[in-house]
Parts: sequence; C-alpha cells; structure tokens
Amino acid sequence: MDAFVLAGRTFTSRLIVGTGKYPSNAVMVQAHDASGAEMVTVAVRRVNISDRSRESMLDYIDQARYTLLPNTAGCYTADEAIRTARLAQEAGLSNWIKLEVIGDERTLFPDNEALLEATRVLVKEGFVVLPYTTDDPVVCRKLEDAGAAAVMPLGAPIGSGLGIQNLNNLRIIREFARVPVIVDAGVGTASDAALAMELGADAVLMNTAIAGAGDPVAMARAMRLAVEAGRLAYRSGRIPRRMYATASSPVEGLVGR
Amino acid sequence: MHVPLRISLNGEAHELPSPVTIRTLLDSVGIDSRKVAVERNLVVVRRAHYDTEMVNDGDEVEVVNFVGGG
Repeated sequence: MDAFVLAGRTFTSRLIVGTGKYPSNAVMVQAHDASGAEMVTVAVRRVNISDRSRESMLDYIDQARYTLLPNTAGCYTADEAIRTARLAQEAGLSNWIKLEVIGDERTLFPDNEALLEATRVLVKEGFVVLPYTTDDPVVCRKLEDAGAAAVMPLGAPIGSGLGIQNLNNLRIIREFARVPVIVDAGVGTASDAALAMELGADAVLMNTAIAGAGDPVAMARAMRLAVEAGRLAYRSGRIPRRMYATASSPVEGLVGR
Repeated sequence: MHVPLRISLNGEAHELPSPVTIRTLLDSVGIDSRKVAVERNLVVVRRAHYDTEMVNDGDEVEVVNFVGGG
C-alpha cells in the first residue's frame, strides 16, 4: 500500500486504533498486533492516588513500535482540552494530540466552535493537532485554516457502530482538504472501514469496533484487510455505475447462432 | 505548634508536614514519576523540574497518566 504521510511522518498502516474497552490488556496487545496499526490512541486521566497498584497503559504499548496519540476525550470546553493536551505532551513527551471538545453528552458530537478555538491555541504552542470533528466540509476547512495537521470527521457517533452516515459529505471533505482526512468514529464492521477508504479517506481511526467485537483480535485483522482493500480500490479507479448490464463475455461466436 | 500544609491532590484534600518538591510528593504517594504528568495551579511542571519545583500550602496539584481510550 502507498505510504501515509501525516505531519511529516510516514506510516505504512492507514489504520489507527484505540486502547479503551478491551476485555483485557493481553487481548488488546494481540489485537494491536493483528491490526498492523502503527499509531494508538490513549486517554489522559488522574492517577488513582489510593490505588497505586493500577498499571499505566504505557506498560502495554511498545513505544518503539507504536506512535502514541493522546486524546482530550471527555473535555467539554476549549480550556479543559488545552489543559489536557499540555499534560499529555508532558506525559508522552510528544506534541501530537487528538483534539476532542465534546458539545453534547448523548451524541458526543463535537463543539466545533470550541474545537476551533482550542486548535488555534495549540497550533500556536507547536502542537500537531488532529481534531475530531463533525462531517462538515466548512468546519473542516476552518480547522485546516487554523493549522490542523489533519481533519478527523466522524462517520457516525462515537461507539455507535452505525457506519458512514453521510457519504457525500466525506467525498466533499476529501475534495476540499489539503491535509489528510482521517475518518474517526462510527465504524461498526470491516465494510464500513473499506467504504471510508473507498471514499478517499487517508486513514481510519477506530476503537470500539475492534475492542467491543466478540473476537477483537480477528476483527482487528479484518479491519486491517478492509482498510488496505479500500485504499487499493480507491486508487484503482473503480468502474462507473450503470443502470443496465454490460456483458462480461463476448457477444460474438455464440454456439448455434 | 506545627501546622501541616494543606494541598489539593487530584481534587482531594492532602496534608504535608512541610513544603516539599514535586518529586518528594510523588514519592510519598508511591507514584512512578516517569509515567505521569504533573500540573500545579493549572500550569504543567516539566519533568526536569521535579527536584526543584516546590509544593506549597494551598496548591492544587493534578497528577495524570495515560489510560485506555479511543
């Protein structure tokens, strides 16, 4: 597959996976391996002071193999997200941030106004900002103008598994954007990931679709193949859609005619 | 009479016998400083400064690490 370049770094895999909600850390490690991903997301939370035995997620991520992408999940204001990004930078010693500013508890849809504000501040501070946004081409353009290194439109609400809800918006976002487009959230199964890639997404980010699957390791492999298949199909120039049939076999030389 | 310092540590009241460095505070609660990030009064304290930056009475300290997420 062709290389994926994001903020000057080259990746072989176009699949980015999460570290949340796995049945166990051992399963997560195997699923990460099966996914072929080279970047994994993590969340930033308070250390539990009274239970010091709790392990750090860093114990389960080989940082020589995986690039850490901390998120600001759960933040509802630009200030919270900025604060969390700064802490993530210190904890992970990297300036990459998956920026989330949530605007609604039930849908977890982003607050695009606050997202833009936080993007501007963090870009100014030297962060590589990867904002999770609604599938709105105008918002994506504003984020890009604000200095985002990529735009990450949702396919459907986080964890919903509904698949790509607005194919045309994703096509338009891809056409407008001069930065990578990463479909983040909403994938339920392999065909959703393949479809996102066929629409022209540069990469797909998912957590629940793998972690919540009956067999997360097998699903991780399915997603890896789907992302590769979708990318190859996108670059291969698919045939136009036609209303009627066009025969695949020659019409001349039929027996008895 | 000796009056202990009162700080807020991850949102909970915490007492210290005297002003301490960030490193001493982390050690006292058994936290491996290599895997966390620390914020004091809304400002991130760089790891290189844990031995020199002090925690004083009334300070609000947040200690975070990475957990699973998407």
